[in-house]
Amino acid sequence: MLLRHAPDLGERDVTPQALYLSRRHLLAGAGGMLLAGSAAASPLTAAKSSLSTDETPTPLKDITSYNNYYEFGVDKSEPARNAHRLTTSPWNVQVDGMVAKPTSFALEDIIKPAKLEERIYRMRCVEGWSMVIPWIGFPLADLLARVEPLGSAKYVAFETALRPNEMTGVGGFLKVLDWPYREGLRLDEALHPLTLLAVGLYGETLPNQNGAPLRLVVPWKYGFKGIKSIVRITLTDKQPLTSWNMQAPQEYGFYSNVNPEVDHPRWSQATERRIGEGGLFAKRRPTLPFNGYADQVAGLYTGMDLRKFY
Amino acid sequence: MAALPRWLRQPAFPSWPLYLLGLVPGVWLFVQALTDNLGADPAKALERGLGEWALRLIILGLAITPLRQSLGINWLRYRRAVGLLAFFYVLAHLVSYILLDQGLDWAAIGADILKRPYITIGMLGFVLLLPLAVTSNNAMIRRLGGVRWRRLHRLVYPAALAGAAHFLLLVKSWPLEPIIYAAIVVALLGWRLLPRGGRERPATGRL
Repeated sequence: MLLRHAPDLGERDVTPQALYLSRRHLLAGAGGMLLAGSAAASPLTAAKSSLSTDETPTPLKDITSYNNYYEFGVDKSEPARNAHRLTTSPWNVQVDGMVAKPTSFALEDIIKPAKLEERIYRMRCVEGWSMVIPWIGFPLADLLARVEPLGSAKYVAFETALRPNEMTGVGGFLKVLDWPYREGLRLDEALHPLTLLAVGLYGETLPNQNGAPLRLVVPWKYGFKGIKSIVRITLTDKQPLTSWNMQAPQEYGFYSNVNPEVDHPRWSQATERRIGEGGLFAKRRPTLPFNGYADQVAGLYTGMDLRKFY
Repeated sequence: MAALPRWLRQPAFPSWPLYLLGLVPGVWLFVQALTDNLGADPAKALERGLGEWALRLIILGLAITPLRQSLGINWLRYRRAVGLLAFFYVLAHLVSYILLDQGLDWAAIGADILKRPYITIGMLGFVLLLPLAVTSNNAMIRRLGGVRWRRLHRLVYPAALAGAAHFLLLVKSWPLEPIIYAAIVVALLGWRLLPRGGRERPATGRL
């Protein structure tokens, strides 16, 4: 019942690497001219992962031009235009709270010892669309191990950079969200092998609009849980505040696991449209419980009423 | 007021070119969607684009009476074209929802209409506009008589409110754009409640 992936897709459906690489170069060339001043995309080497789906990755141009990153505007085309303003180097990430070794890491010191993997994951947005994204990253658990969480830690809180001078969407009198953007996971969710800290996609460092230089990817949860441009990770014993839950608690829960049975109060979550598939006449496809990762993660929620803890 | 040029106060060109002009944004959106120039989710972008044009045209139609009564700009002869174009965009928006967004999944569409307030309100707005579109011709005005026809066409007020609410209810958080549309609709309807300007004065050449 729980299809891991659509059965009609095979190896031949995957975009040949040479093709997407050539696309990437075209884009990188254009981007280089447009995005002067921001860190240029650089290639990353990463091992393949058995946790990847073999579904066709969404074209790079869609992944990098259709983004919800409200710090750079509420329209999904705005981050691609505005996010180049974000200075991603130097970049520091404070990892603190209930850990034996609170540390302020320079980004290089996070990435250098990490064993980078390519993880091709489905991404389901709470708005009813989805993508397949070839992330490059490493398990969040690896970074947390370096700071040695204390036994009292129960949750992990995350925070995005807040840079009013660089972020075009955080000013104004009508605040879309209470900045900085915040997210959180239960510690066991954070330590799950699927939970990834991504530093790249499609073989190169992350474009800014996708959350450079370091973002969270939790493939069985709605996309907004994947907090971008992380500057702080705090271990705590209290359930952290999360931005969308603060904005509309009856619509966005702390857990926000992908669940076709539990509708958003204003729209159905039963189906989704896969971006880049079929163009104008793309058909909706059924949404899978836990975004198709139920085999791996349903056990985390045994005994919980998922309608109550949405 | 007398300073306004005549071509603005009382334009003389016929209304038929407006029908062609008014179709341009819709055709342009459709061509862009077909040629993969509407972004990653062309169905959604087309649906949204058609809906926003519908709202803009409804607002333009609602502005015609206030413009005439408070600024002496008489564009009344173009109001039918504006209204019919607005209806056309609402219809195209609805068709794109049924065909492209939901792929003719009538069960899902029915559930949406019953369960989703923004869809319910959107459909209500469409239903309210139907009799207005059907009666937008001289024969129907004669058949109904001016008073009854005018009374019937006040349905555009709740329809405009429904359109604005429909937009506000479908977005996450409170982005500016739907708030601006809603504010304009409320202002144009509120103007009609004002004791002075609001009451229709008898005037010649109203239809």
